Amino acid sequence: MKNSRCNPADLAAWQMQITPANLHLRAHLLARIRAFFSHKNVTEVEVPVLSHSGVTDPYLDNFVTQLTLGQSTTSLYLQTSPEYAMKRMLASGSGCIYYLGKAFRHEDAGRQHNPEFTMLEWYRIDFDDRALMQEVDALLMDVLDVLSAEYLSYHAAFLYYIGLDINTATHDELIAALAMDFHYDIQQASRDHVLQLLFNIHIEPKIGQERPCFIFDFPASQAALAKITAADPRYAHRFEVYFKGLELANGYWELTDAVEQSRRFAADNAVREAIGVEQVAPDSRLIAALEHGLPECAGVALGVDRLFMLAQNLNSIEDTLTFPLPKA
Amino acid sequence: MANFSTNEFKAGLKVMLDGEPCNILENEYVKPGKGQAFNRVKIRKLISGKVLEKTFRSGESVEGADVMDTELSYLYNDGEFWHFMNNESFEQFAADEKALGDTVKWLVENDLFTITLWNGTPIVVTPQNFVDLEITETDPGLKGDTAGTGGKPATLVTGAVVRVPLFIQTGEVIKVDTRSGEYVSRASK
Repeated sequence: MKNSRCNPADLAAWQMQITPANLHLRAHLLARIRAFFSHKNVTEVEVPVLSHSGVTDPYLDNFVTQLTLGQSTTSLYLQTSPEYAMKRMLASGSGCIYYLGKAFRHEDAGRQHNPEFTMLEWYRIDFDDRALMQEVDALLMDVLDVLSAEYLSYHAAFLYYIGLDINTATHDELIAALAMDFHYDIQQASRDHVLQLLFNIHIEPKIGQERPCFIFDFPASQAALAKITAADPRYAHRFEVYFKGLELANGYWELTDAVEQSRRFAADNAVREAIGVEQVAPDSRLIAALEHGLPECAGVALGVDRLFMLAQNLNSIEDTLTFPLPKA
Repeated sequence: MANFSTNEFKAGLKVMLDGEPCNILENEYVKPGKGQAFNRVKIRKLISGKVLEKTFRSGESVEGADVMDTELSYLYNDGEFWHFMNNESFEQFAADEKALGDTVKWLVENDLFTITLWNGTPIVVTPQNFVDLEITETDPGLKGDTAGTGGKPATLVTGAVVRVPLFIQTGEVIKVDTRSGEYVSRASK
């Protein structure tokens, strides 16, 4: 663990958490990221952090604030990612773009989480998920000084680490493979929840220990905003990147179909209703942008604070931040 | 008793699980980028002493357990219960064999013990980390051997048997670590 202080626990509440040495290294990391995209003629863009629309993903929660002017009150949502705004820019003719800035998630802080964090998100026109994975790999080699990544399909990861075929395993077989005790009724849980638990607990700690690991071809049921694979509709063009136990990035060959996008927003809200969380109005401006025409593209979001944890071998996201939530 | 949500879980919090009071040892919050958050919680069941790991959905709540630790002095055993007293309020509590467990081998009258009360009833009796006890029986050691290489068994006044260095003799008072059951030194007085 690199730390110039003898004992970080001695820090006063007013003091910045990150060490002065790491503060400079972090600035250097951001500069290297910008140089990487500058060489590729990808344009840095800013997006509104406050937007009129929130996110429908059932397991993401926006911070919401109110703009009150006289008698009228408007709800504004702090963005969980710049995705919707960037897609509207792409449909407006922006060309290839990246965002390096803040995103917000209304959730607990933890060793790997801060509700306010720095995200790198970029979109490449005419890339598919395979091409974008290679670019993410190149970026990681550049900024982390690591070997080229390994690539494993979601299906292969389950076969290899759990011994089950996700396409044929029964719900009971998946639950038995968890080998865990639950406080809630796991029998009633969705198949995707069980798959995610298996992944988090039995696969994630084992992959990407020496070099980053790409997991690709996620099940279509976890497509999020990715295209479904035309040749095999059981899978979606979605990938994630793991390195040393950290989930680092999530990318898609982007869905461009406005009708399918509306259907997924509605499906998200149906899940929200089923699990008892408030529904969120779909972003009509994103739908309008897709109707106008989103260029064929692939996009990925990467957690920069986690990237810095890996670059400097830091144990907690707090040590990458000037003032993590408890001190903010 | 109040309810506690998973985001209030922290080491030392006492909650009810499966009808048994439990102590939370560790709580890890896990939130995949896409997908439901959950908490992996390590707990000790206070009555059985069993340590287990349970997975909670984040935001789930459980009932708190009315559990408190109190320092009581040991009075006597009536054949069925062991009686303890609060030296300030003179309130007495009776602990059964289950609550006493292995602590029975460290019981000395008037010594202080930590009694864990659940709804006012003793469920765990914990001795002090270090106790001074007299040796009632041990083989005479070999003369000249003061290194205490292998040691020898010694029976204490409470019936407990601990390994002591060869130079320790019957009638001496020794300091024992009750957590490991190991000899520490001769008692200071």
